[in-house]
Amino acid sequence: MESILHITTLHYLVLGAALFLLGVIGVLTRRNVVIVLMSIELILNAVNLNLVAFSRMWGGLHGQVFSIFVITDAAAEAAVGLGILIAFFRNKETVNIDEVNLLKW
Amino acid sequence: MREIIEYISSYLTSDQTPGAAGNMFWALVYIMLVFLGLSVAVIAMNWLERKILAHMQVRLGPMRVGPHGLLQPIADAIKLLLKEDIMPAEADGFVFWMAPLIVVLAAFTVFVVVPFGPTHAITDMNIGILFMLGVSSLSVLGIVMAGWASNSHYPLIGALRSSAQMVSYEVAMGLAVVSAILMTSLNAEGTGTLSMIGIVRAQQAQGEWFVFKFFPLGLIAFFIFAVAMVAETNRAPFDLAEAESELTAGFHTEYSGFRWSLFFLAEYSAMIAVSSIAVTLWLGGWLRPFPNWLNGTPWDQIFSIFPGVTFLLFAAICFFNTVRMPKHPLFRIQTIGLAGFGVVLGLIGLVLFVPAVSLRVQDVFWFSTKVAGFMYLYIWYRGTFPRYRFDQLMQMGWKVLLPMGLGVLILTAGVALLQENIWHP
Amino acid sequence: MAPVATPFFFYLFAAIMLMGGIAVITRKNPVHSALALIVALLAQASLYLMLYAPFVAGVQIILYAGGIMVLFLFVIMLVSIDRSIKERQFNRQWVVGMIAATALGGLFVAVYTKGKDIFPEHALSVAEGDNTQKIATMLYGQYMFTFEIASLLLLVAIIGAVVMAKKRI
Repeated sequence: MESILHITTLHYLVLGAALFLLGVIGVLTRRNVVIVLMSIELILNAVNLNLVAFSRMWGGLHGQVFSIFVITDAAAEAAVGLGILIAFFRNKETVNIDEVNLLKW
Repeated sequence: MREIIEYISSYLTSDQTPGAAGNMFWALVYIMLVFLGLSVAVIAMNWLERKILAHMQVRLGPMRVGPHGLLQPIADAIKLLLKEDIMPAEADGFVFWMAPLIVVLAAFTVFVVVPFGPTHAITDMNIGILFMLGVSSLSVLGIVMAGWASNSHYPLIGALRSSAQMVSYEVAMGLAVVSAILMTSLNAEGTGTLSMIGIVRAQQAQGEWFVFKFFPLGLIAFFIFAVAMVAETNRAPFDLAEAESELTAGFHTEYSGFRWSLFFLAEYSAMIAVSSIAVTLWLGGWLRPFPNWLNGTPWDQIFSIFPGVTFLLFAAICFFNTVRMPKHPLFRIQTIGLAGFGVVLGLIGLVLFVPAVSLRVQDVFWFSTKVAGFMYLYIWYRGTFPRYRFDQLMQMGWKVLLPMGLGVLILTAGVALLQENIWHP
Repeated sequence: MAPVATPFFFYLFAAIMLMGGIAVITRKNPVHSALALIVALLAQASLYLMLYAPFVAGVQIILYAGGIMVLFLFVIMLVSIDRSIKERQFNRQWVVGMIAATALGGLFVAVYTKGKDIFPEHALSVAEGDNTQKIATMLYGQYMFTFEIASLLLLVAIIGAVVMAKKRI
């Protein structure tokens, strides 16, 4: 009981792992491209939570600075990914990744 | 019983905000007080806007509902609550219901860090100004959702235009804010602060309000923020997205009754929030006018009677208008009501003369006066300026305010460096 | 800052995040998924505040919840979703995907149960009063090169997004 009430770093790491799993399931099983991209954002957030939890454990601020850079990169990647999605949607009128099979023989 | 009084008085003379002290009970009490004050301010703004706009347009405004229309906001609120709640047929129910909630949430959460006094904030976060800018940008989400969920093209176009406008002017606001934050770092340690209480204390330590610092750079930064904040809250002259002649009320066309009143509440709260940012960053927050030039105990005492005198002035105006009421038996209730209101205001003014009360209320009074000045400016803009066209609006945001903001930032940084070199070589 | 009721708030925000995450991957309507993700991101910002990282929390609210999710909502509105709601939501390889995710979950459980003794307690209490100043000193001192590269990356992303979304290059 005491180990549940006293919040340690391990609690944050387990939460991060659970979010990572949810994101991986979303990427592997959904067909809608926008939802796949949102699952990737979930994965990045889980990683950020791990980084900041470890930064608190060790006392330095390197983890927090790293997570700021991760957030910046997530913004850039979301912008480019959604741009590609719009360009693709103009051609094929669908957001289903199973139909992105122009190279299939 | 004595312990309760001791507990209350020991808290009233503390030197920390409730958040910093970790005291949940007092934090909740402060939250209730801020919520109450905000509701009263929104009701007063509703009445003031209609009366002031009317007087600017040489007419009288609401005069019938209470004496001089004082009960008009209550009548409006009752009407809105009793109206039928319509939802369009093909609308997405969940998103339609969530959109006003998000806008109200964003508009009210901002007040957690607003500093009404040196210890009169709910909490003093290390990232105060960043938190305020970030949470007020969450209202864009609510507007986009409102336009989308209405399933009709006028709200959709209005929502897209409104959100594009808000996002563009957030950039200009951010740059103006950064150049004000830069001025907080001109102290012995060379580090500034993002916390709202820290910014006002920096103005107190440096002895001048940031609007007058490095003249004219502080003034230009204040001007950029003052223009951007009017565009940010979708008010005249930047209210194309909700103008009645253009888009039939824009993103809140399909909302009726209580949901529409939530949008209206959020709009006025957002106005008060961005005015609080402007007052804290440039106009010295809770500091009384001329804290250094006219310092010393006699001036302190003179300035400490201002709250009481203001309320007594309001009471005197009420009594003057009571005498001027038409002497007709049907007007008797209104005359008595106005006289009663004047008596209440006078009593509040007399209570504010008591030194113990006046000491605690002093800071809140000066802060509220400056924010009230900004509210009057908002209403004045609405009565005076014609509306901007949407492409003119976007052009001004990106091509005029953004370069000006960058220029002010670079110049402020340069002047700050030069000053550091001159005084601490 | 004195911490208040830490277990209650941790479990509350953790529950909100997990429910939001589950809603993201299971809803048919992408708009509902985006709203659930916004709720999860705001709960994560609260968790950052509990971890004494206020600046990262502020950046999360401004950039992630107020920027990236607005971008997602705009794109969802541009891309018509009426057809996609009526289609099948989960693809044909979902069994293999779930097996892979379960294997990954088993790996996590094994690592955490074996290694849970190597994490020391929260021995160091980082003061919150000057978090922003310390991060700024590190960003502009030790991580200056990374900072410049990140801004270059954002420039590349802006140009790339504009080129991708244009009608005629």
